[in-house]
Amino acid sequence: AASGLSAVAGRARAETLEPNSWEEITGYNNFYEFGTGKGDPAEYAHLLTTKPWSVKIDGMVDRPGDYDFQDIMSEMTVEERIYRFRCVEAWSMVIPWNGFELADLLAMAGVQEGAKYVAFETLYRPEEMPGTRYPVLDWPYREGLRLDEAMHPLTLMATGIYGKPLPNQNGAPLRLVVPWKYGFKSIKSIVRITLTDKEPPTSWNMAIPSEYGFYSNVNPEVSHPRWSQASERKIGGGFFVKRVPTLMFNGYEKEVAGLYEGMDLAKYF
Amino acid sequence: MDRVNGYLRRVPVWLVYTVGVLPVPIWLWLGINGQLGIDPVKEIEHRLGELALQALLFGLAITPLRRYLRLNLIKFRRAIGVLAFYYVSCHLLVWLVLDVQIPAQIWADIVKRPYITIGMAAFALLLPLAVTSNNWSVRLGNAWRRLHRLVYPAVLLGAIHYLMLVKGFQFEPLIYLGMVLLLLGLRLPDLRRRTAL
Repeated sequence: AASGLSAVAGRARAETLEPNSWEEITGYNNFYEFGTGKGDPAEYAHLLTTKPWSVKIDGMVDRPGDYDFQDIMSEMTVEERIYRFRCVEAWSMVIPWNGFELADLLAMAGVQEGAKYVAFETLYRPEEMPGTRYPVLDWPYREGLRLDEAMHPLTLMATGIYGKPLPNQNGAPLRLVVPWKYGFKSIKSIVRITLTDKEPPTSWNMAIPSEYGFYSNVNPEVSHPRWSQASERKIGGGFFVKRVPTLMFNGYEKEVAGLYEGMDLAKYF
Repeated sequence: MDRVNGYLRRVPVWLVYTVGVLPVPIWLWLGINGQLGIDPVKEIEHRLGELALQALLFGLAITPLRRYLRLNLIKFRRAIGVLAFYYVSCHLLVWLVLDVQIPAQIWADIVKRPYITIGMAAFALLLPLAVTSNNWSVRLGNAWRRLHRLVYPAVLLGAIHYLMLVKGFQFEPLIYLGMVLLLLGLRLPDLRRRTAL
């Protein structure tokens, strides 16, 4: 992944994205395990213990097992990636993540021939996650990627922001970041990664299949049934911030459009 | 309760109007000065929508409060109704001017997005009520009373509007919808008697 990474990261940096502030990034979150309000995660996520932490990697891998977070970190090369972040609710931020490529983690476990998808699971620990007392979603939170999406050099496992460890409300200690998909695909506080040959069930798709597809690529031409996705409000612009047009694949079209060649993106939304 | 009613009689209606008008300029001022949180537009939009629902519910509660608890707030009912319309209008304006901004998209949203359509319908139902909230109109008698029953479908649509816009299964909009159904349900015997006449 090393060669692809530098080219892609270089391009992302060349656009001089202006990152949002630490306060904005860590104070305005969707992490329903801690409540549905945007400020709830910042208020309640301190209840979460992230030490010790391990990630179970299983399914179609050569070396299944529980991988300790510290052991993972000692194997991975952490770098900074400044990415656009577009929420399905039509707001957006720019976030300076620190992390490593998911492809490198998957290589550590050894992906077997025949694996086609990667499934992810968030921690489900009701005593530390007050939001899970309500059936907002069918807990635990689940997400998934096609294997080629997961192996793409843009796909990141984030472990930090602004050079600091990931705050709990942002998905500590490690989370997925898929910058060309709506934010809910970037699953937080991951405890399990499963390689499989079937498209895995994903939480929002299970809840409302007509509104949230498996792919959920940022696409200004495919509306959410309840609101337009053609434009977005950038967080941090204050009271009179102008809407800006949403970019195809959130501005990463050059890098990822090839993954979906020949697919009807209105059907596979 | 008679003592409470006695105190209430001494509260002038203009005071209710004055206090009721204040939240909007205060929140606008806070928003402009960056003190309404990280997403001030959504914050004021949601606060106004919620306040509008609360005012409408309060207005609907006045008759049952008098009937079942003998608490008399009837003097303030028009002020509550007019304030509710004021909050709904500000909620709509914030959505138009600060949130959606783009005129073509506003119309597309009203036509294509059911929760927006329903919200707009509620506003349209409240409009004639706001216009006829004056002494001269009340003299129309039965026609006025019938017209103002439009507040029932309007509140119901408002609660549904809220329920439809949240993601996932959430309790707060369900609580509002439950209160609306309760307050409307209390009126069913009356309505049935009237239609029987």
